[in-house]
Amino acid sequence: MKLFNYLFAPRPKSAAIAKERLKIVLAHERASRDAPDFLPRLQKDLLTVVGRYVQINEEMIHVNLGKSGDTSLLEINIEIGGAKPNEGRLAPAS
Amino acid sequence: MAKVIVVTSGKGGVGKTTTSAAFAAGLALRGHKTVVIDFDVGLRNLDLVMGCERRVVFDFINVINGDANLNQALIKDKRNDNLFIFPTSQTRDKDALKREGVERVLEELKKTFDYIICDSPAGIEHGAITALYFADSAVIVTNPEVSSVRDSDRIIGILSSRSRRAERNEPPVDIHLLLTRYDPDRVVKGEMLTVEDVREILSIPLLGVIPESESVLRASNTGTPVVFDADSPAGRAYVDAVARFLGEQREMRFVKPEKRGFFRVLFGRA
Repeated sequence: MKLFNYLFAPRPKSAAIAKERLKIVLAHERASRDAPDFLPRLQKDLLTVVGRYVQINEEMIHVNLGKSGDTSLLEINIEIGGAKPNEGRLAPAS
Repeated sequence: MAKVIVVTSGKGGVGKTTTSAAFAAGLALRGHKTVVIDFDVGLRNLDLVMGCERRVVFDFINVINGDANLNQALIKDKRNDNLFIFPTSQTRDKDALKREGVERVLEELKKTFDYIICDSPAGIEHGAITALYFADSAVIVTNPEVSSVRDSDRIIGILSSRSRRAERNEPPVDIHLLLTRYDPDRVVKGEMLTVEDVREILSIPLLGVIPESESVLRASNTGTPVVFDADSPAGRAYVDAVARFLGEQREMRFVKPEKRGFFRVLFGRA
């Protein structure tokens, strides 16, 4: 029975797989292609400044430039839940 | 007003030079004075595909550097009076293609030609960027295959951000999709992306579909643009694509599996 299933089970068509993979990879690449090149530097600066007050790392800061209608929207998300205060210490080396 | 058309793809080996040759010859057959320029400095091949490799004396770089004038470098096609070939140099100095020089040559060509076809090298380096920079229209040559589609998307992004039209905030480059090496039999079996799939993913208008065809290799073997082979499916598909480019409505052919007669099945494809 196993052999029967193996031989006759419908296999996904490879063209459909190609289409899905392309859609995903291109959505990702288009988003990063359109991003202005100052975003990584802005993220670094934010890490330095916020790092003076709470202990955070790079993964906790998300900087994104989106669009809503005609206006560009700079979106900055910083997770600090559970982060320890960092009073009196210098900024972490980045 | 003369129009500059870049034939580009990002990926190599998808049919840019075949398409440049066929498209230029197709426009010439329709009565438009057309020149096709090889931008692939160092890897000259358009001359071979056009069948004029033994007539090359001066090249694109000679004209840019002022060592020869246009009339000395342009090769008139022996099959059609409207068609001219502008071969590139075989120098290894890729930076010989100076943007200002290219602009000057294009401006001069615009005075006498209706269409200027720029055959781009593969990749996204200097040569490819120079080939697309001055374009009014672009033909994106794509195979129904993941790496080709991805590279086409990349080149479309570059056209809309780094072309002269984009830099000057002018109306954008008119971008067309040309799907080549299409095999309807494999599409029906679910082994190949469909025309619709590729069009949807790249979201640019479709200019034509060129079927995988033996006539393409035959054409390059003999140095004849495939549109001169009026009986071949690929030749007819290119003629259709040129007609659409000129604004005509034509139904897409060669996108469904061919019905084969008894003798065709017995003796293989003609």
